[in-house]
Amino acid sequence: MSGGHGHDHDDEYTAPLGETQLRVKALESLLTEKGLVDPQALAALIDLYETRVGPRNGARVVARAWVDPAYRKRLLDNASAAIAEFGFTGRQGEDMVVLENTPRVHNMVVCTLCSCYPWPVLGLPPVWYKSPPYRSRAVLDPRGVLKEFGVALADDVEVRVWDSTAEVRYLVLPERPPGTEGLHEDELAALVTRDSMIGVGRPKAPERRPR
Amino acid sequence: MNGVHDMGGMHGFGPVVAEADEPVFHAEWERRAFALTLAAGFLGEWNIDMSRFAREQMPPAESLGASYYEHWLWGLEHLLVARGLLTREELEARVAVLRRAQTR
Repeated sequence: MSGGHGHDHDDEYTAPLGETQLRVKALESLLTEKGLVDPQALAALIDLYETRVGPRNGARVVARAWVDPAYRKRLLDNASAAIAEFGFTGRQGEDMVVLENTPRVHNMVVCTLCSCYPWPVLGLPPVWYKSPPYRSRAVLDPRGVLKEFGVALADDVEVRVWDSTAEVRYLVLPERPPGTEGLHEDELAALVTRDSMIGVGRPKAPERRPR
Repeated sequence: MNGVHDMGGMHGFGPVVAEADEPVFHAEWERRAFALTLAAGFLGEWNIDMSRFAREQMPPAESLGASYYEHWLWGLEHLLVARGLLTREELEARVAVLRRAQTR
């Protein structure tokens, strides 16, 4: 697909560009010519957010909190600093708050206004998170939305919905799944899903019960 | 200020549809629009609140029909023009050149 030039040949050669694609191309060529953006910086930014930053970062934070009570306390007291211990810092995650799920409380995160999301620990948000259905209904009918994601909560479990802002970003600390007592931190991290850290899913169950 | 972007509690948008194994970007132009927005942000001509506000200036009917990175692109054009880094005329002229080039 890349053909060695970093371009999508299907787009470039076999189909006429749509209006949006033309506008992006026009903007990129003008900004580059004016020296306002550096093509190498564009490539580096795409590589960073497409391949390096993602929910595996958050999964490591969660797994550490599951095995290390002192870390868990630091994470709940000052999430930004505790997350920075892993080197996960940077834009759209400057001020983090970690929300702990318990048998009585289930947290879920939305950005009703746009798409605020903790980039350093989860990467860029999925389309559904940015979509009108999720943004409108997460605050109106959170239990209904959770059910669509396959999360059924007992009636006596309190649901707390957190609306992200440009300043504060949230990460859900899901409950550690049962049957994982013998697992190492890395094995635990593999069970932590992106959706469980947004609060619309649960961590995966371990494949076999450790003895 | 409210507007169509302020969606919390609105009715009628239907079920949440999650894509399995979703890629980070769905098209090359999305990659470019994303990176251009971040790179242009480094110029220091605006902050995150200004870029969000810019996206929210998209006409409501257009906004509801646009995809996420189309909002970003619209906001970026708006900010670049507002800050005098680009004129609307030179941008439209370049779009026209590229359009002609591919229909020849």
